[in-house]
Amino acid sequence: MPPVFDTFLIGVGLALLSALASLLSQFNIRRWPDLVNRLSFTLLGISGLFAAYSGITQLVTQETTELVIPFGLPWLHWHIKLDALSGFFLFIIGLVLIPVATYGPSYCKEFRHSGEQLPVLGFFTGLFVAGMMMVVLANDAYTFMIAWEVMSLSSYFLVTFQHRNPANRRAGFIYLLMAHIGGLSILLGYGVLAGFADSFTFDAMQHVSLSPFWASTAFAFAFIGFGMKAGIVPLHVWLPEAHPVAPSHISALMSGVMLKVAVYGMVRFTLGLIGVDQIQWQWGVVVLIIGSGTALYGVLYALMQRDIKRILAYSSVENIGIIMLGFGLSLVFYGTGHHQLGIMGFLAMLYHSLNHAVFKSLLFLGAGSVIHGTHERDIEHMGGLLKRMPWTGLFFLIGVISIASLPPFNGFVSEWLIFQTALHNWTIEQGILRFMIPSTAAVLAMTGALAVGAFVRLYGISFLGLPRTQHVRNAHEASGGMLFALAYLAVFCFALGILVAPVLALLNHIPDQLIGAGLGSLNERSWLWLIPIRETDSAIVPASYSPPLVLLGIGLVWLLGSIILHVRKNRKVRRAEVWDCGFSTPNARMQYTGMAFSMPLRRVFKGFFTIEEKVERHEDTSRHFLTVEDRSWKMFYQPIGRSVLFIARHVTLIQSGNIRTYLAWSLATIVLLLWLVSL
Amino acid sequence: MDYLSTLPLSGQLINLLAALVLLTSFMLLVQLRLVSVIHTFAWQGALVAAVTVIVAWSGHHGHLYLSALITFVIKAMFIPWLLHYHVNSLGLRRYVSAHPPVTGLMIASMLVVFSYYIILPIELIGDVGESRNIIAITLSVVLIGLLGMIIRHHAIGQVVSFMSIENGLFFAAVATTKGMPLVVELGIAFDVLVAAVLFGVFFFDIHGRVGSMDVDDMTRLSETRD
Amino acid sequence: MIAAIASSDILLDSVSGSDLLNPFAWLMAILQAFLFVLLSPLLSGWIHKCKAFLQNRRGAPVLQPYRDLRKLFGKEAIVAETTSIIFRIAPYIVFSSTLLAVAVIPLVATMLPTAAIADIIVLIGFLALGRFFLVLAGLDAGTAFGGMGSSRETMISSMAEPAALMAIFILAMTVHTTNLAAAIELSLQNGFVIRPSFLFALIALLMVAVAETGRIPIDNPSTHLELTMIHEAMLLEYSGRHLALMEWSASLKLMLYGVLISNIFFPWGIATELTVPAILMALLAIILKLFVLAMILALSETVLAKMRVFRAPQYLNLAFFLALLGMISHLVLEVHV
Repeated sequence: MPPVFDTFLIGVGLALLSALASLLSQFNIRRWPDLVNRLSFTLLGISGLFAAYSGITQLVTQETTELVIPFGLPWLHWHIKLDALSGFFLFIIGLVLIPVATYGPSYCKEFRHSGEQLPVLGFFTGLFVAGMMMVVLANDAYTFMIAWEVMSLSSYFLVTFQHRNPANRRAGFIYLLMAHIGGLSILLGYGVLAGFADSFTFDAMQHVSLSPFWASTAFAFAFIGFGMKAGIVPLHVWLPEAHPVAPSHISALMSGVMLKVAVYGMVRFTLGLIGVDQIQWQWGVVVLIIGSGTALYGVLYALMQRDIKRILAYSSVENIGIIMLGFGLSLVFYGTGHHQLGIMGFLAMLYHSLNHAVFKSLLFLGAGSVIHGTHERDIEHMGGLLKRMPWTGLFFLIGVISIASLPPFNGFVSEWLIFQTALHNWTIEQGILRFMIPSTAAVLAMTGALAVGAFVRLYGISFLGLPRTQHVRNAHEASGGMLFALAYLAVFCFALGILVAPVLALLNHIPDQLIGAGLGSLNERSWLWLIPIRETDSAIVPASYSPPLVLLGIGLVWLLGSIILHVRKNRKVRRAEVWDCGFSTPNARMQYTGMAFSMPLRRVFKGFFTIEEKVERHEDTSRHFLTVEDRSWKMFYQPIGRSVLFIARHVTLIQSGNIRTYLAWSLATIVLLLWLVSL
Repeated sequence: MDYLSTLPLSGQLINLLAALVLLTSFMLLVQLRLVSVIHTFAWQGALVAAVTVIVAWSGHHGHLYLSALITFVIKAMFIPWLLHYHVNSLGLRRYVSAHPPVTGLMIASMLVVFSYYIILPIELIGDVGESRNIIAITLSVVLIGLLGMIIRHHAIGQVVSFMSIENGLFFAAVATTKGMPLVVELGIAFDVLVAAVLFGVFFFDIHGRVGSMDVDDMTRLSETRD
Repeated sequence: MIAAIASSDILLDSVSGSDLLNPFAWLMAILQAFLFVLLSPLLSGWIHKCKAFLQNRRGAPVLQPYRDLRKLFGKEAIVAETTSIIFRIAPYIVFSSTLLAVAVIPLVATMLPTAAIADIIVLIGFLALGRFFLVLAGLDAGTAFGGMGSSRETMISSMAEPAALMAIFILAMTVHTTNLAAAIELSLQNGFVIRPSFLFALIALLMVAVAETGRIPIDNPSTHLELTMIHEAMLLEYSGRHLALMEWSASLKLMLYGVLISNIFFPWGIATELTVPAILMALLAIILKLFVLAMILALSETVLAKMRVFRAPQYLNLAFFLALLGMISHLVLEVHV
């Protein structure tokens, strides 16, 4: 038995142990709860270390570890397998879990003062983490679904943790509902595969050959199910409700990690189980269309929010859209037989998943620090935080630059890869696809530009300028453990932006193992250059990017600049009152607000939003109200809700109140089912 | 590898002009001012005439010079002049349509892709294989003209869209079959001319009766509305 | 690691066909960047002069921007009390990111090793990085005007950037590379070919350039009228060397777009080998191209009026649409299936 096998199970075990440990604080001893809290987070952190270690080891060594645990039904034991793909996602879980563990103890202290049940939080956090780990480790549909449901249910309790607020309960309800519809859809997808494979194990499903119709059906179920968890438009509505209301370290886990677990499911189902040979490019077209819609929709709504965590949640929707663009490109290229390009899209998608996990957790944890320090979630009440929380401000800035996909940080690299994949559309024979792919590139370009706007707005309004309320004026810097978490993630944001070639070479092991072919041009490349694709018949390299050399260039420019400045000895600045065209000294209320900042874009894209705006005039003041509602409610959910109610009203006809009638229905159902079985 | 650099200069020019004709038909779709619509239409006529000249010059088709001249005179000069005259005398010089047709633009882009998709598998006969791409463009000019007739609210705008359909057909004829027999061409030109004059008569009539040129006001043909 | 850089194998193997090991090419690259930095105020001065001439004024001398910069560098920098560190480092970041962006554009020679390090998408990224900090700086002082400028800049850039990328994709799809130096070399090799898509891309890129560099009809660089300014509103609080750097990066950006447009669409004259006559010739050619382009810009700024801010989206939509049409005509007309 290879040593790796132990470590990942230890990871899961420690997560469960942490769940149990937090229950200990029920014993009411002085200082005891604090200790237990620390203990449970420490266990969680160690579990993260083990997960990250075993994940990365598996990725590097490209080994596969399989295991059958005699749990569950007698004829269906739990199958567990750790290969490169699971290893990569296990690594993501572990990577984010470590900072969450250092962040949690001081962040959670506050809940104790407000009388929330910390043991509940700790218990479900541990369960949630263990569930996510088991999802990526599962090697049969049965284990997968159990782990999936554990993950969904425990995260429901985390969302409704602060249940005294009715909005949180509503968010939790929507989440639970959607999670179950999604789970059902995934189950049906597995059902199709299991029906042909005659077994629930992934190994059996892999070798089954499906007719195009059944392959498409299975894909459709899986795409809807996993897409609902990942938050593709229009199935995303639970996401901006649920992610913001959970405690911030949980939001980081949900947005940073849980969405990636859904992405894992999609990849495993499509590329792993259905198989590359059975992919049809039409799926890719669907995924591309939905992905572009998701990306654009998410970023536009992120621009319109006031709640700092809702901004981040909508931006998760956007990033899932970008990941889906990579996935769609991969499917299109696989479906048309261009395997190398398919792998390139796949790698871009994996890279963006990793990147998003890192910077989105950084931003959610940073937002948590801000909320912790100011007791304020509305960016319109913030301002000037950079002076009060300098370190949080610095790390948050790094996260913002990364998510706005600016070089030389990590978000840029994955978008660059997607652009490069899309620009190879000329290799495709189908005329319609040639148009389709550049259009998605255009959408990606627009999304990127809008994301810069959304995050400039977030950072500029909350961290720069003048503080708008007393709370914010008295804000305090976060504690050491919280800052360590932010710093740790910020370092990864930077490192993943610079060490691109080695990271990609590592990621290349995943398609190598899963599909049997990696990106040929990556294997022997040096660490200095990122050259995703190379044409055999041409001496010219289509695209190359060298972040280390870019960094060197930045260093040189700054060195030169500081030498020149030094020579001139003119480095003093004088502080003076703000000028502002000579108007009277502006106060905090005269600053641009976040809603004012996004007004031009709201006007340009007004077709996307349901905007309600009104001004109340009083004698000497007037108040301006503005709500921007998610359109998908009106366009998608309300019609569904109405039709469900309509059907329900007609179905109530059978509800007579007489017990004998009900029994008659039951009899009829049984007879019908028996007849169906006998067919 | 580069398909375009294998074409002779005349072929490249025709390509360029085809793209410009497509641009003008998009512009016909989105322009809000009636006067600029007529200007754009004149430009489209001139571009089609230019294509005819290039085909005549490169293929030494003498009679095409004549049809180029006819096209230029009728479509780039006479009909625009006539329309300007109507616009002036109906007092519509400052008319600006209120609907920026964003959806129309998107549909039009899709129509171009659709025409390309339709034309792509067709095997053309003879030496016209190269101009298959041109046919996709001309087909989309025709379809966009029809779309323009649907989304234009103003009768004059509709007429211009209608005439741009004819431009597309003429372009296709010239670019692929090196022109129709002169008699046919003369006949069509004359038809267009007559149509333009007749439309003019109708403009005055409609304006006099309905008091507006907005086709949405002309629903009296419908029996459901009273 | 240093050994890894030094070993020529890796460099050669990675990017064959480029000039990563040619010390002269590197020298040329550095020289080009310096030329960019040195010449960009001259370009602004020349545009001012042309405008003055067209408006029947005598105008300031062509070298005036240099004098302005010198004066500003000599002055004390005053920083508003309300601002944070972002405000003070923004000028340096804006300038250096613009500098990095120009370093990857072939100015006189296509033997540009830096073009392999960062391709044209990275170039757009550098510009976005600069703008990111510019917009943050506008918000930092907490004034109404700064926020206004930042907000409008965000709107304009988020519509201009996709249009620019689309126009650039047309180039990339035609020559099958995003390496700018290689792209220009390839389109020189193809000779003179009339490409309808390039015509559309050219117009789109011109429109974007006008918007991104804050020229009429989107923004007016010479106005400080409160309600109409965009770029200047973000710079209101700057003074001394900070202002000098911001102004310099603005003119650098103007020159960047000028060179980008002239060398992509009119590459003739650029040196494809590193000989002295070829480079001198190329220098002459690019100066001539910029000279003409500047006159066109001056003319358009004289005859056009500034638009209302909310007309700008329509303008930029047109640019985006033209780029899209360029893409369509590239796919329909220029690719033979």
